[in-house]
Amino acid sequence: MTLLGLPAQFADVVEEFTALSEPDRLQLLLEYSRGLPPLPDWLAEHRDRMEPVPECQAPVFLAVEVAGDRVAVHFDAPMESPTTRGFAGVLSEGLNGLSVAEVLAVPDDVPLRLGLDRAVSPLRLRGMVAMLARIKRQVRERSQGAAGPPG
Amino acid sequence: MSVADDDDPKFAEYAHPERLVSTAWLADNLGKPGLVVVESDEDVLLYETGHIPGAVKVDWHTDLNDQVARDYVDGADFAALMRSKGIARDDTVVIYGDKNNWWAAYALWVFTLFGHADVRLLDGGRMAWIAEGRPITTETEQRPATDYPVVQRDDAPIRAFKDQVLGHLGRPLVDVRSPQEYTGERTHMPDYPEEGALRGGHIPGALSVPWARAAAEDGRFKTRAELDAIYREEKGLSPDDDIIAYCRIGERSSHTWFVLTHLLGFTAVRNYDGSWTEWGNAVRVPIAKGDQPG
Repeated sequence: MTLLGLPAQFADVVEEFTALSEPDRLQLLLEYSRGLPPLPDWLAEHRDRMEPVPECQAPVFLAVEVAGDRVAVHFDAPMESPTTRGFAGVLSEGLNGLSVAEVLAVPDDVPLRLGLDRAVSPLRLRGMVAMLARIKRQVRERSQGAAGPPG
Repeated sequence: MSVADDDDPKFAEYAHPERLVSTAWLADNLGKPGLVVVESDEDVLLYETGHIPGAVKVDWHTDLNDQVARDYVDGADFAALMRSKGIARDDTVVIYGDKNNWWAAYALWVFTLFGHADVRLLDGGRMAWIAEGRPITTETEQRPATDYPVVQRDDAPIRAFKDQVLGHLGRPLVDVRSPQEYTGERTHMPDYPEEGALRGGHIPGALSVPWARAAAEDGRFKTRAELDAIYREEKGLSPDDDIIAYCRIGERSSHTWFVLTHLLGFTAVRNYDGSWTEWGNAVRVPIAKGDQPG
């Protein structure tokens, strides 16, 4: 854990944003949107195994895997919704590969620490807060029961 | 300086043809002095992914809303925004955006609160421009700053507040939300965020006309005859009726405000931007449930 109370890889993302000017933060969010990893085949063929995030403006779906103690998160969001894709890209970079305990310890308000309030607006950032909350809930459920792909 | 109107025959049928331009007109007029193109989207990053060459971005959350009170920016802030975007008071402004121009219409309505005279929509919006394979760019436009004057916002002609809606009960109201929101089955749009209304239903007497009924399959506005059939024949509204339109936060209803005011020539249409997120949370206001106006 770092001074921010975040795992190092997520703290790096936050620092990457906050080091920039506001217009450049928006460009960085766009880069995260473009860099969002594609769905693995087993999910691409089974979208019904993904959880919708109705709090977001755009249709976005997520899935969580817990294998051993490691967490993997997958997102599906349309290209024409770059803001939502960007949120997913940030969470993917910040969370993938962390342990269950590390994900659960990520502060719920981390989306509000990216310095995007003015460039993106707090109302839109609520969508990212909701995505994080849903991921943490799924991690909790999957680490308590049998680990494995969501079914 | 303003730019000549689009003489597209489809637009000639509308009450105010000068409020619309076609994609072909815009392609021909891009770069003309006196024309500024504005993109206004739901998604705050869509402009950055590619926009009409020369277009500037105006975002409804971060540019048009006051950042503290639930209100629009004031005259000084609007002037500062216009100056920074390089828009002069007498410029022709053409606004376009995603989702059938939903947010573009909202921006146009806010420009109208400040009395910007020549503001138009691109028929079909962003989708039509891109579908036709017209050029887009990721170059951010930095126009030279202008001396846009500080103009007092004039809410009265086109904006309604809750107390005015209470005093308006019994006269025409148009609810442009989805049928499920109208009946009270849900308090937000299908697939959209819950924005916190404690009660579901509609304002008593309101007619249900979901906003997107005004758009054709390709995202362009329906023809004059098709629009007359919906609003005048089916719903019985008249051009001189005193009408208040509302939705959830006033964005979808500004699209309907545009249709009634500029395409059909209705003379007294106001947008209630407090809309359901205010009415559905207000204490002791009347609410009707179900699919009848009530």
